[in-house]
Parts: sequence; C-alpha cells; structure tokens
Amino acid sequence: MYEQFKTRAEGVSAEVYRFGTKAGALDFIVGFLEREGIADEPQAHALWTECPFLDGIDRQTLAGVAGLKFEITRDLAADARFGISQMQWALADTGTLVQDSTAIDQRLVSSLPAIHIALVPTSGILPDMPALLTRLHPAQSGYIAMITGPSRTADIERVLTIGVHGPERLVIVFVDDLGGAN
Amino acid sequence: MGTEFKESIHKAVNDANLTGALGKFSEAYKVNRAKAYEGIDFEELRGRIAELKSYAASHLDLLSDLFEQNATARGAKVFRTSDPVKVREYILTVAQENGVKTVVKSKSMATEEIHLNPYLEKAGISVGETDLGEWIIQLAGQTPSHMVMPAIHMTKEEVSDLFSKEVNERLTSDIPRLVKVARDRLRPMFLKADMGISGGNIACAETGSIVLMTNEGNARLVTSLPRIHVALVGIEKLVEKYADIAPILKALPRSATAQLLTSYVSIITGPTPNDDGSMKDLHIILMDNRRSEMAADPKFKQALQCIRCASCLNVCPVYRLVGGHVFGKVYTGGIGTILTAWFDELKKSEDIQGLCIQCGACKDVCPGRIDIPELIMEIRRRLVQEQGVPMLQRAIYSVVNNRKLFHGMLRAASIAGKPFTSGKFVRHLPMFLADLTDGRSLPAIAAEPFRDRFKGIKQPECTEKAAFYAGCLIDFAYPEQGEAVVSVLNKAGIRVIFPEEQTCCGAPARYNGAYETAAGNAINNIRALLAEDVRYVVSACPTCTVALEHEFINTFESLGQTEWIPKARELAAKTVDFSTLAKRLVDEGRLTLKEGQQLGRVTYHDSCHLKRTLKVSEQPRELLRKAGYELAEMFECDMCCGMGGSYSLKLPEISGPILQRKLKNIKETGAPVVAMDCPGCVMQIRGGLDQDGAAVQVRHTAELLAEQLKE
Ligand code: SF4
Repeated sequence: MYEQFKTRAEGVSAEVYRFGTKAGALDFIVGFLEREGIADEPQAHALWTECPFLDGIDRQTLAGVAGLKFEITRDLAADARFGISQMQWALADTGTLVQDSTAIDQRLVSSLPAIHIALVPTSGILPDMPALLTRLHPAQSGYIAMITGPSRTADIERVLTIGVHGPERLVIVFVDDLGGAN
Repeated sequence: MGTEFKESIHKAVNDANLTGALGKFSEAYKVNRAKAYEGIDFEELRGRIAELKSYAASHLDLLSDLFEQNATARGAKVFRTSDPVKVREYILTVAQENGVKTVVKSKSMATEEIHLNPYLEKAGISVGETDLGEWIIQLAGQTPSHMVMPAIHMTKEEVSDLFSKEVNERLTSDIPRLVKVARDRLRPMFLKADMGISGGNIACAETGSIVLMTNEGNARLVTSLPRIHVALVGIEKLVEKYADIAPILKALPRSATAQLLTSYVSIITGPTPNDDGSMKDLHIILMDNRRSEMAADPKFKQALQCIRCASCLNVCPVYRLVGGHVFGKVYTGGIGTILTAWFDELKKSEDIQGLCIQCGACKDVCPGRIDIPELIMEIRRRLVQEQGVPMLQRAIYSVVNNRKLFHGMLRAASIAGKPFTSGKFVRHLPMFLADLTDGRSLPAIAAEPFRDRFKGIKQPECTEKAAFYAGCLIDFAYPEQGEAVVSVLNKAGIRVIFPEEQTCCGAPARYNGAYETAAGNAINNIRALLAEDVRYVVSACPTCTVALEHEFINTFESLGQTEWIPKARELAAKTVDFSTLAKRLVDEGRLTLKEGQQLGRVTYHDSCHLKRTLKVSEQPRELLRKAGYELAEMFECDMCCGMGGSYSLKLPEISGPILQRKLKNIKETGAPVVAMDCPGCVMQIRGGLDQDGAAVQVRHTAELLAEQLKE
C-alpha cells in the first residue's frame, strides 16, 4: 500500500520519503530544514507541533537548529516558512493524509506556512476512505482534516498552479517504527 | 426568446476568448474525467449516490431535525429557515452583535443564491471572497460563469488588469505570479477577519457535521482563523449517515475537476478551539428556499440529488459555446436552468431553458443520476401550460396534428421548393421551415415521398411481418433510406408493411413543451401502428424510435391521460431501431452480407437519441465492419451535431458552430464516408458538408448495408 500511496501522492505533487527509524527521519528533517534555509527570523523559521513523534526526543539536541520552534501561535505560524506536524492516517488509493485536527495548532502549522512537513507512521496507511470512516468518527474529532498534495488552483485559465492559500510544498515523511501512534 | 437574450448569445458565440477557453477545457475534461474514473464502476457509484440523496430528499424534515439535534448537542447554533431574507438577517445580526467588521468567505453557491455579499456590504461590513476564482469575479463585479470554476470565462490578461488595479502595480500576465499576488493580498484579510462564512458540500445528519472540500486551502483558513464561523447549507446537502459521505467524496472531485480527491477535505462537527483559547462561535444555517417544495414535486424531486459537480456543464455542447453568463443565472448550465426555475422562479428560466438542445450528454455523466434533459422538458411543458403556445407555433402544430393537411403541405412544398433547388438541396425551404441558417443547406422535399414509392416496392413472400415507421424526414426528404430498410428486412425474411395513417411522432411539439399536440400525434400513431398484428415496429430515425418507445408513455403520464398508456406500452414493446434489429438478424444468421468486401474507411457519428436514450452504439459499428468497412473513429464521435430538431432553426447561431466542430472532426479522420443512423443528423451534416464543399459522403447505415446484401 505504501507504493500505491507514494504514486498517488507524487501524482499530486507531494514529496514522499520513508525511514525505518525515528532517528533516520529526524536526521532527514533537520537536513531538509537546513538545506531550505531555516533561520530564526520571519519567513524562515519552522514550527513543530506536539505529536507522538516528539515523545522521547530530547529537544535540547535540536536546540542547535536555529529557528526551529515548538511554541505555536497564530502570529508565529503566519510568519513561518515551515510547519511540521504528525498525521495519523494515509489513504493509499488517493494519496491522502488524515488527522484529527481539533486542536487549532495542528491546523495553523499545516495551513499557513509555505512548506508543510507531515510525519506519518507507516502503520497508518489504510486502503481508502471507507476504511478511514470506520476508524475516525466525528464523535471523537470536531475537525477531521484531510490533505492531498499541496494547495492548488486552476482558476486562471485552468492552468494548474501550486500554492494558493495553503502550503506550496507538502513533504511527507513515513516512519516505520513510530509505534503506538494509532 | 427576448431580443436582449438573443444578443447575449450572439455576443458570447463571437467571443473567441470565451469559446476558445471553454472549448479547450471541455475537450480536456472528457479525457481527464475518464482517467479519474479508471477502475471505478461509475454506474454502481452513482446508483449509490442517487439512492442516498433520494432518500435524503424524501426525508428532508427528518434529517434536518436530526442534524439540528446532533449539531446542537455538539455546541453549534443551528438556524433553520425557508426564507432567504431571514438568512441574510440572521447573518447580519450575528455579525452586528459581535462587532464584526470583516468577513472572509470560502466558495458558497448558496450565499450567491441569496445575494448575501451586497447585503452585508450595504450594512458596512467588508466581505472578501477568498476562493481565487470568486475573488476575481468579485473584483470584476461579475457573477460566476461556472459552478466550479467561477472565472473560467476570463483571460489571464483580464485577471492581470484587475489585480494590477487592486495592488496598484503593473503586473504581467504570468499566472504563478498572479496567484502569488492573490495569496499575499488575501493573507492579511484572513488574519484580520472576525467572521468566516462557508458553504457546505455535505451536511451529515447522523453526526451534525458539515463537510467542506477545497483545493486552495481557503476553507481551512476561513473555518480556523476568525472567531466566528457561519456555514450556510442548502438542505439538499443533507445525507443521513456518516458513511454516506464516502461515495460523494469519491465522485465529486472526479466529476468536478477529474481529481481523485480535492487537496483539502474538512469535516467539522461542533465548535473547536480558537487560537486564543476561546471556543469557536459556530452557526450552521439550514436553508430551504423552495427545496422542500421541490422534494414534494414528483418530477423535480430528483434534482435534489445534485452534488454540484458541474460536469453537466463541462460536457454540454451549448454551454461550451455560450458560457454561464448566457446559460444560467447564479446556478449555470442544465442543472442551473432547473435550479433557477425553482430557487428563483419559473419565469426566470424561460430564456435559458430554450438553450438546451436535448442531446443528453449531461445525463450520461451526472453522478447524481439526474435526468436533466427530462426536467428541462418538464419546465418547458409547464411554461407552455402557464403561458400557452405562441401563435405561430400553435398554427404549425395544428397543421402537424392534421395528418392529411400536413402531408398535403409537404407534397406541395416539393413542388413549391423546386425553383430554389440546387441539386439535392434547397437554400430556403418553404413554410414553417423558412427561417433558415447559414452554414447548412437543407434537403429538397422528395418529388415522390416514401409512402408513394413504397407501393411500387416488390416484396418477397415472408412469414414474419414488421411495420415500418418512417417519420417525416424519411417519408418526405430521404425516401431512399426507407427503401434501404425495406430491402434489408426483406433479405432477412421479413415483410414490411407501411401503415398509411402514421404521422409525425410528435417530437417537435414535445420538445417545445406542447404536450397536448404530442399526445394527439401519439394517439394517431398508436392506432395506425397497432392496427395490424406485426412482430416489430421498425424505425430508422432514433428520435422517432425514442418517441415510440419512451415518449408516448411519458407524454400520457405527464398529462394524466392514463387510458392510452397500455396501448403505448404495447407499441413500445414492439418498437426497435433499425441497427439493433439488423444486428440481431445478422447474429441469428438470417441476414447475410457479401463476404470479403474491402470498402475502405468510414467514420461513424453517434446520434444523441440512439446513443444515450436507446443505448445503441456498437451495433451499427459492427454492421459496418461486417459489411467490409474499416472504422476510423472521429474525435467526440458522440457529440451532438447541432440539429436538435427545430433547435437548429430557432438557434442557428448556436447550432451552426456545433455543426462546424462536427464537420471538422469528420474531415480530420480522412474517411470518405460518414455513417449515421438518424435522418435528422444526415440532414444537418450533409447540409453542412455541402456548403463546406468537402468531398465526404453522408449516408444512413441502412443505405450502406443495403448495398452489401448477399445476392
Ligand atoms: S446535475 Fe449532476 S452533473 Fe450537474 S452539477 Fe449536479 S450532480 Fe453534477
């Protein structure tokens, strides 16, 4: 299902990576942020929301990454270049990520910054929408968010253009041993 | 049709930007849609959607109650009203009580339906559309011309002019740059707004949730950043169960934009926290505005199965010529016509309903399985009921309904038409077919109609009998097509009778809403065709076949003339179109064709009624192959040729360009022959090719077949 997901997600311009361990994923993310020019200033910093991935990670070790913040506010999110969050599920047949987004922070970091980095446990891949609807119900979540690729429009002469109001890049990072998240 | 409306049509079809953009889009759409639905059983999927939406339409009160209960239990404030005025007042009150100065909106047709923006603006509230297309038309001071792509009619140059003015800077027409400008311009509005207004693609009663789908991500911001969220939802968006959203989520993006899923889907249930720790003030308005009345109307109830995908616009040969500013009001295209007649008023749909050519392309793709053409016919019928048939038309129908007089006039026309005849065509037909168009020559009325020629045909003795229903065109313009049918059937051992009392099938009257006239025609034909006991009633005109097989019954039903329905059914059961019967006879080994013929290339044009109502498309192709032709498919082989009966006379400015496209597609195959099963299409396409001068022969399948019968 991972391969199907990857094909579908890349088909809608998402970038898909997979790592066996959290350490591998973390290395990748830090490297990615640095390559993309993270800095402690508006339009360059990154916000990382609370999520199971961060459990057990000593944030001190990340202190060296200037501009990486774990505090989320609307203003910081509006100025952020990167938003990092964890999505719970992935739907293989459409390349969709799904999350209980009841907490506003989850939405701020995935909708305002230019680049959204989404962590997903590989075990969270489901075949399709009906499979999801039996697992995630509005009774548990006031805001169920599904994301399929970056923000897009075709409203001017039907020319597909990426990045309107939401992120212009969606970087999906699967982690095999994220464990316990779902 | 008013002159102002006629002028707007004229302007639209001559707007190269518009027709170019829409034309290109509709061509690409067809291919992309097919790709998006790969591996999916569309019939099964739309069956499920039709069923669950139909259930919802039958239980609007129940589901509204349930929705209100469940949403309220989760902390949303639910306001229900049937009155659009009350909706506006409610929203304004919420705004004023909370000191709202700025509103951001994500796309909502329902707010357009009630003209919300000007109302709020008048009260001093600034309203910003955030969907890019909606924002563009807001800046331009226009209305949407497409339900999914509101600004599809505008060029990037026009957009760049608008944006340049807005940001006070001369912008180029580079699209990514323009999109960036919109992002930068709208971002502060999102952050500043006190209220977000959205629509709702689905409202789920069981959970009290609303579902929002967007690609740009604006609905996420509209529902997350401002402290107040108002969702305006038409009650036709209700579904019963949470699981019901799955088929809609599957079909809507595929049908709308050929995507597997929109970039963002949000399922919102009750208020969620704002970023300052307070809870969202969530208002959900369930608006009726005549939807319940619609649900109570046995004909129109099915219109509530619409999921607003706009694919009915994307495949419409008329929409792609004139766009939504001509073809529609707030809601556009075929379904827009129907919704306008209800949400606005019947009278408002008068002009636009006349644009429907009844080709049925929309019905084929509608994920709600709505019979859009049929509903437009019903609007036509009701308009005629309300206003009567115009004088001239009434005069024509009274002639058509009097077979002797009608046929007498057609015979007279064959003589009167002579002075104008050039070869096989007349430039101007006499009588009511007088008002003719450029780009197409019309056939001369045959010197000897089929009914006379028939008497001279020598038929072999056969055990089986079929009645031939010729229809006006074969009888009076193309008798040779009728002769071909007879020789093919004879060859298969079927004797053909021609009931003399048969007359016009009533389609012209029916398609103009004159059901009483159509019913009169139906009765005459039923009497004539059932008088003698035959195995089949055969027609070589799909429009006539559809009349005999479906519309007689439907016309009686619509008029409540139940006494004729059993007879109409009896006739329907015997009726068969030429190609279906011929194919069957070939399969049964009763009809044998010359063997080993190599007749070269032929391209086949699918007639609307044959393909989409009778579901016949393979039979004629297989017959042609069997006869020895090599099939060269044309692009958009099943797109309407623009004939549409009297449509081509009433709206030549639309029929003409549709025909030109068809001719181009035919010529591009390079085939020297184009075959089809409908004498109406023969008339349109042969006339077009005659004026065009192209050396392509236009033949009825029956004629091509008759030439290849084994001696
Ligand atoms: S009528 Fe059918 S095709 Fe047209 S918008 Fe509605 S669901 Fe789509």
